[in-house]
Amino acid sequence: MKLRRSMLFLPGANAAMLSTAFVFKPDSIMFDLEDAVSLREKDAARMLVFHALRLPVYREMETVVRINPLSTPFGLKDLEAVVRAGVDVVRLPKTDTADDVHVLEAHVERIERECGREIGSTKLMAAIESASGVVNAVAIACSSPRLIGIALAGFDYVMDMQTERGDGTELFYARCAVLHAARYAKIDAFDVVFSDVNDDEGFLKEVDLIKRMGFDGKSLINPRQIDLLHNAYAPTQEEVDYASRVVAAAEAGERQGLGVVSLNGKMIDAPVIGHARVVLRRASASGVRQ
Amino acid sequence: MKIVREALAGTLESSDLLVRIAPLEDGLELVLKSEVIHQFGPHIEKVARDCLARLGVTQALVVIEDKGALDCVVAARVQTAVSRAVDEWTPDWSALS
Repeated sequence: MKLRRSMLFLPGANAAMLSTAFVFKPDSIMFDLEDAVSLREKDAARMLVFHALRLPVYREMETVVRINPLSTPFGLKDLEAVVRAGVDVVRLPKTDTADDVHVLEAHVERIERECGREIGSTKLMAAIESASGVVNAVAIACSSPRLIGIALAGFDYVMDMQTERGDGTELFYARCAVLHAARYAKIDAFDVVFSDVNDDEGFLKEVDLIKRMGFDGKSLINPRQIDLLHNAYAPTQEEVDYASRVVAAAEAGERQGLGVVSLNGKMIDAPVIGHARVVLRRASASGVRQ
Repeated sequence: MKIVREALAGTLESSDLLVRIAPLEDGLELVLKSEVIHQFGPHIEKVARDCLARLGVTQALVVIEDKGALDCVVAARVQTAVSRAVDEWTPDWSALS
């Protein structure tokens, strides 16, 4: 089970951050060639990220690169560099339709052939940033076997909806739509960034909401948010104890050939057992909540 | 690869370096300034010269102000400076790695 709770954004043009960010150990690290890079530094950022991706320390964690849209003069150049450098996942911004993913996929496959990389080894993520993307979320989520997830990007989305970031009401439909599309396609779903890095309380409130909704994780813009997020996603000791008892009862029932299993007088069915196994896997990967 | 204009790449921030490249009629001259020149000067110069050689740059003045950059940052900044100083740049990624 690949955990993707935290996806840390790094500005692609920042040499210091690219040289040190691996120490923060997010689940995935995302080098940004798009919004975090000024127009005149696009070439420099592309070159820096190409070399950073080849560092052994980044080979040990999942690497993601947010390329520029393929409709810009930079997108295809970004793709040529990062696929050849061995990136794990390419994140496509501003994905409005399934065709956007198909176009990206065709380019990725061509580059894989040209550079001798295993066909299909470059995974994709689609960022949904508009009303069109939300309406087409199911088609986008099902558009390619390379897709490991879809992400909602809040700022562009609320601009497209002619509103602004607030208490989360403005994102309610989009979060539900993206999440359902991801679950339907059996891929991961990622929530928006929380931009006020000094507001831990607000951050944790938002994390609690998206975790309860079912999101796999969140895009982050500051390393300080990683531990907060991981801890919030870790199960409590009480949840781990209960999950252990459920799994033990289910395994005992299986050995005895029982069709129905009960624990403390309550019937345990397959979804409860499945959820208990997920809790134990999360505890194994991230420990128990502090 | 012929250097036809002056170009800059990088910054003077910590863990980075600033590379200035300019046309030179006679050979390749590299000037290195670094806070860690005694420990790493020869190594930084070797990384930079290897990059220039792989790009076929044989005539240029290259001035590097290093602020403690990793090898990969040195390579990226030198290559970016060259790409900005030539007439046509089509990256050969296999040669740049």
